Amino acid sequence: MAKLKINGKLVEIEVDGSSPLLWVLREQLGLTGTKYSCGIGICGSCTVHINGTEVRSCIIPVSSLDSSQEITTIEGLSADGTHPLQQAWEELDVPQCGYCQPGMIMSAAALLKNNPNPSDADINANITNICRCGTFNRVRSGIHLAVEIGKRRRS
Amino acid sequence: MMKKQRVNISRREFLIQSTVMGAGFSLGLYLPRGGNMAMAAEAGAAEVPEINAWVVIKPDDTIVIRIARSEMGQGTLTGLAQLVTEELECDWSKVTTEYPTPGQNLARGRVWRSFSTGGSQGIRGSHQYVRKGGAVAREMLIEAAAEGWGVSKETCSVANSVITHKPTGRTTTYGKVAAAAAELVPPFEVKLKDPKDWKIIGKPVKRLDTVDKLTGKQVFGTDLQLPGMLNAAIRACPTFGGRLKSFDASKVNKMAGVRKVVRVGDDAVAVVAVTWWQAKTALDALPVTWDHGPNATVSSASIEKMLDEGLTAKEAFTGNKNGDVKKALKGAVKTVEATYRYPFQNHATMEPMNATALWNKDRCEVWCPTQNGEAALEATAEAAGLPENKCDVHKIHLGGGFGRRGAFHDFVTQAVMIAKQIPGTPVKLLWTREEDMQHGHYHPITKCKLIGGLDKKGNLLGLHVRISGQSILASVNPNWMTNGVDMFTFQGLLPEGDHGISYTVPNLLVEHAMRNPPVPPGFWRGVNINQNAIYMESFLDELAHAADKDPLEFRRNLMKQHPKSLAVLNAVAEKAGWNKPAAKGVHRGLAVCKAFASHVAACAEVSVDKNGQLKIHRIVAATDPGHAVNPQQIEAQVEGSFVFGLSALLYGECTIKSGGVEQQNFNSYPSMLMSEMPKVEVIVMPSGGFWGGIGEPTIAVAAPAVLNAIFAATGKRIRQFPLKNTDLRSA
Repeated sequence: MAKLKINGKLVEIEVDGSSPLLWVLREQLGLTGTKYSCGIGICGSCTVHINGTEVRSCIIPVSSLDSSQEITTIEGLSADGTHPLQQAWEELDVPQCGYCQPGMIMSAAALLKNNPNPSDADINANITNICRCGTFNRVRSGIHLAVEIGKRRRS
Repeated sequence: MMKKQRVNISRREFLIQSTVMGAGFSLGLYLPRGGNMAMAAEAGAAEVPEINAWVVIKPDDTIVIRIARSEMGQGTLTGLAQLVTEELECDWSKVTTEYPTPGQNLARGRVWRSFSTGGSQGIRGSHQYVRKGGAVAREMLIEAAAEGWGVSKETCSVANSVITHKPTGRTTTYGKVAAAAAELVPPFEVKLKDPKDWKIIGKPVKRLDTVDKLTGKQVFGTDLQLPGMLNAAIRACPTFGGRLKSFDASKVNKMAGVRKVVRVGDDAVAVVAVTWWQAKTALDALPVTWDHGPNATVSSASIEKMLDEGLTAKEAFTGNKNGDVKKALKGAVKTVEATYRYPFQNHATMEPMNATALWNKDRCEVWCPTQNGEAALEATAEAAGLPENKCDVHKIHLGGGFGRRGAFHDFVTQAVMIAKQIPGTPVKLLWTREEDMQHGHYHPITKCKLIGGLDKKGNLLGLHVRISGQSILASVNPNWMTNGVDMFTFQGLLPEGDHGISYTVPNLLVEHAMRNPPVPPGFWRGVNINQNAIYMESFLDELAHAADKDPLEFRRNLMKQHPKSLAVLNAVAEKAGWNKPAAKGVHRGLAVCKAFASHVAACAEVSVDKNGQLKIHRIVAATDPGHAVNPQQIEAQVEGSFVFGLSALLYGECTIKSGGVEQQNFNSYPSMLMSEMPKVEVIVMPSGGFWGGIGEPTIAVAAPAVLNAIFAATGKRIRQFPLKNTDLRSA
């Protein structure tokens, strides 16, 4: 039995503690926006936030988590798809196949949380997700545009 | 023109011999009508008027455009919808899309024609008939409105889904007349618009499939949930051609969630469980023994020997020949010789192979991401032991294709074989990344020896290109071979056509010594232009330097008969500032190619520091695809092609040990990251008059432009790939 707090909601799940968070999200909570691709914490398709910090959920056993941690998935990033990154992504048509994009957006969201106006070098250092379609340049533009959208909203 | 008559024909099919006047040739086209075509998932959909196979219009003016090809990121869904919309004259903001199933295509005499989504064919292979589908629907809608008003259709005009009776100014909308239009006989002839009148073709409209990809809502094959569904994890023999000997299910039968352990064909075993994680955990614990079979000693070294032998073998197939190369090389003042090598590579789609199957003794259904629904249906029927009309395939959005999900449906076959052992229960099979890496259909391996001869002025007299290595067709589709020759092997080096060589070489011989190691090859995004353009474009650079000529000038001299290729080359040279010095420490390289009927070129700017660290700063790329349907999506494909091509150049290599692939995951088979991505400037320069592909051509020029720039920076000519194996420190 695991007690977790996911996207603001407390959930109790009957699960083997060694199961990775990714599979609990996908198979037991129906949150399939978080993707499986490598299973070894490299590619970033499974990126979620724990207390605002990005983690690769495919290598986090649920036994290491409890309900004091705020877990956020792509489904919980915004209530209605209006996070500045989601809006920027829409404006620039960033995704191609889209499979890596939830992870890409969650990585970018974690970056913006810690660094509200990242430079290209900051983006290079922090966005280490694999995208085989090759959306990197639009991802980069999308992060910069999201910063602008955020500023516009605040002003 | 169209006969005015209202007849009850909506449940019958028609063969329409039509002349597409706009194109000046006629084609026979099935345009069956009606039928319960509407998607089963849509309640009450049967009542929604289908104007024809391509167009359904709802009473609220929503336009549903049917798309036969698969969307896998390349934007074809949006591009094809633009093509239909152009002729339909409908309101783009009300356009939605849906996939017909291959089973429906079969039942309706292949009304949607090919579902195959490969070879950069999505738009160029179907623009004619999908535009016609839109035009026919438009004419029927206008006629229905005119009939309703009791006026002649010639007095009506249409724009943005609104039909206007010009003399009176009365208007109606597509949604209001759709039901009446659906009952009309389609016109026998329609005229397609002149490209100069296009309104939405050529516009950088947004993709139709973006929003759900930003919230996690987009369902990929791996995300599918069906009531009562079980999950399967699989392991196939890691040796190519090996077999499953035995497994001990008793060791895992009692593990959490496990429902069944099943043999899958000759070479694989799967665990079926409630969740996939449970299935995978049990599979990891399952004792399995393999019969590694006849290839157990095959290695990269043994394959290398095979290929080396082919480089000088007496016999070889000829792909392109003119003049007398032997004589020309003999008469040359200077000859240059080099041997290149290109490795096996995995497609490595982000979404691993998967399929969901539900088998009953009289029907089998599959849900899967596929580049070719019809081929998936064929695989389903064969594995199910049922005729195709008792099966169907529901296409799901692909998490990448790159050729892996087009010609090969091994994952579908496996899913059906598993489901067949649990009748009535849907089973989702998902491969691990490790399974995906080791059971690919790999980019073929080849080596290439090139000999070029120069006259005393440094002009190219003759060129001999000998390719040795794997044929895709010999393994995948021998029926496509021409008298035993795999003409695909010569892509980019052929005398003419979609993959014709971009140069006029006075004495030329291009040959292929076919050597097929027991590693399954496949169509890998870009296919054989990837290595052939590296061979050709790197070697031309070698020749230019041997001739002491500027690489751009050297190419230009050979391109007088190839004005469109020359135009894209000139465009990148000009935009990159080829004739002006680059920033200090930055060096440039060029490449040009004709592939998938498009002309592409690139100029790369790189630097290599004293530790041999490569940085690719900027790439200027140009594409002439004839007609450019959506320029912003072409830019996205060009940028993406650099990521695909440069990932291959930098890291892409599958090595063979004990008859299997050594690489397991992205740690041993890396892909390019954000920090390595250069700035890309894309010139889209459609010259009109032809339709070229977009998704693949640019991959051809990515690697050679960078390689030639590396030579300019370091004096090192790299002929073995990937680059991770090479020390780039200056000699």
